[in-house]
Amino acid sequence: MADAPSDSSEAPGTTPLVALSGVNKWFGDLHVLQDINLDIARGEVVVVIGPSGSGKSTLCRAINRLEPINEGEIKLDGTLLPQEGKALAQLRAEVGMVFQAFNLFAHKTVLDNVTLGPIKVRGRNASEAREEAKKLLDRVGVGEQANKYPAQLSGGQQQRVAIARALAMHPKVMLFDEPTSSLDPEMIKEVLDVMVELANDGMTMVVVTHEMGFARTAANRVLFVADGKIVEEATPEEFFTNPTSDRAKDFLGKILQH
Amino acid sequence: MQVLIDNFGQILDGFAKTLWLLLFSGTIAAVLGTILVAMRVSPVAILRFAGTSYINVFRNTPLLLILLIIAFAAPDLGFTYEINNYFNFFFMAATVGLGLYAAAFVCEALRSGINSIPLGQAEAARSIGMTFAQSMRSVILPQAARAVIPPLASTYIALAKNTSVALAIGVTEASFIMKKLNAENAVARWQIFFGFAFGYMVIVAFIASAGALAERSGAKTR
Ligand SMILES: Nc1ncnc2c1ncn2[C@@H]1O[C@H](COP(=O)(O)OP(=O)(O)O)[C@@H](O)[C@H]1O
Ligand SMILES: [Mg+2]
Repeated sequence: MADAPSDSSEAPGTTPLVALSGVNKWFGDLHVLQDINLDIARGEVVVVIGPSGSGKSTLCRAINRLEPINEGEIKLDGTLLPQEGKALAQLRAEVGMVFQAFNLFAHKTVLDNVTLGPIKVRGRNASEAREEAKKLLDRVGVGEQANKYPAQLSGGQQQRVAIARALAMHPKVMLFDEPTSSLDPEMIKEVLDVMVELANDGMTMVVVTHEMGFARTAANRVLFVADGKIVEEATPEEFFTNPTSDRAKDFLGKILQH
Repeated sequence: MQVLIDNFGQILDGFAKTLWLLLFSGTIAAVLGTILVAMRVSPVAILRFAGTSYINVFRNTPLLLILLIIAFAAPDLGFTYEINNYFNFFFMAATVGLGLYAAAFVCEALRSGINSIPLGQAEAARSIGMTFAQSMRSVILPQAARAVIPPLASTYIALAKNTSVALAIGVTEASFIMKKLNAENAVARWQIFFGFAFGYMVIVAFIASAGALAERSGAKTR
């Protein structure tokens, strides 16, 4: 612990909010995360890009320990991620997560989806939680849908509810795993707009996405991941106009053709 | 027909005992099956292993064997508990054996319901900081409840019929009475068989309609 760069003896302002050091993970023989070192500062927006199967989702999910890692350490705001149990649950409440498949609670209304965490996990009073949930739903533009069930909403609306559900926990950092990949093209923008606004409000974000427009407008940094390694790290401008590695050049060539 | 009318009192007594067996063993199965399924889906490896081992043992052993083992081994181990002459030791042994056996099937019925809920639901629950128990209670079980009813009804229907195995250790439930009447009235056998089959069909029909009712009331709340 003493040799970790993110040692909590540093001044609080300089502690990275998320710090991964020497992280390795295997799925059987497959080395999905290979010696990952990554510090994310408070308020920073990091876009993770790379070919399918390169380990982007696993990296994202490791940060709230939906995937446990085999080696290395991950710290959130200077605290090592707990192994399991109540402490881990409490820590996860500090990390918002938005999934590709939305994963809204199918048996609950939109409003109840957003209030469930604040009431059950934070012990908030129900009417207060509902008031705040309504404000959040208005903020992401789905206030009208509060009493509907997820299945009655479009994909874009569901994903915005999912963002509101995560925000209701007042997370320190938000993880997005390909949030627009299962959306029809006309709905992608409505979700990205919410995310850009969130970035502008100073939220710390890790976003796995191939949306270059979003990366250019909102990201401070782009990580290019291939075969479980961070191959290249640059500002969006640098990365998209002048990638250095062959893997990145090849990959960008492919996605730019579409 | 006459033989059924003449012995109606005995037949009713037999079915009463069948229902007591069903009630007691069904309760054991419900409680134990719920504990087992919690173990089988829990994040703790040793609990999962213990739960799985239980299922493998009890689902793969013939029910008759389980009842015989309990009836003969329990007294050797000093267990001879009985409530009274009606709920005697053999009744208790049959109840426990049926309950232990059916618990394995209740567990698997519940687990199939839980597994029918997409993994993303549990992940979303965990990602907002819910503990395992909270995500089960608030997210998984309410959604699994409907999916669970048909296999659970089948399990209880099978249990109702399986109570007849208790005759092997001398519990005077319906099938025991049937066997006795058959021995005493060789000429009226098919009438006796159909009479008792009808009795079991009534019990099964009750369980099936309770299941259908539960499923429909669940449908209203989505
Ligand atoms: N639960 C799992 N078990 C085994 N292999 C997995 C599992 N999840 C992902 N993988 C494998 O790990 C690799 C990285 O997966 P993932 O992180 O989902 O990649 P990406 O999000 O970049 O497409 C892939 O080869 C995938 O098949
Ligand atoms: Mg992925």
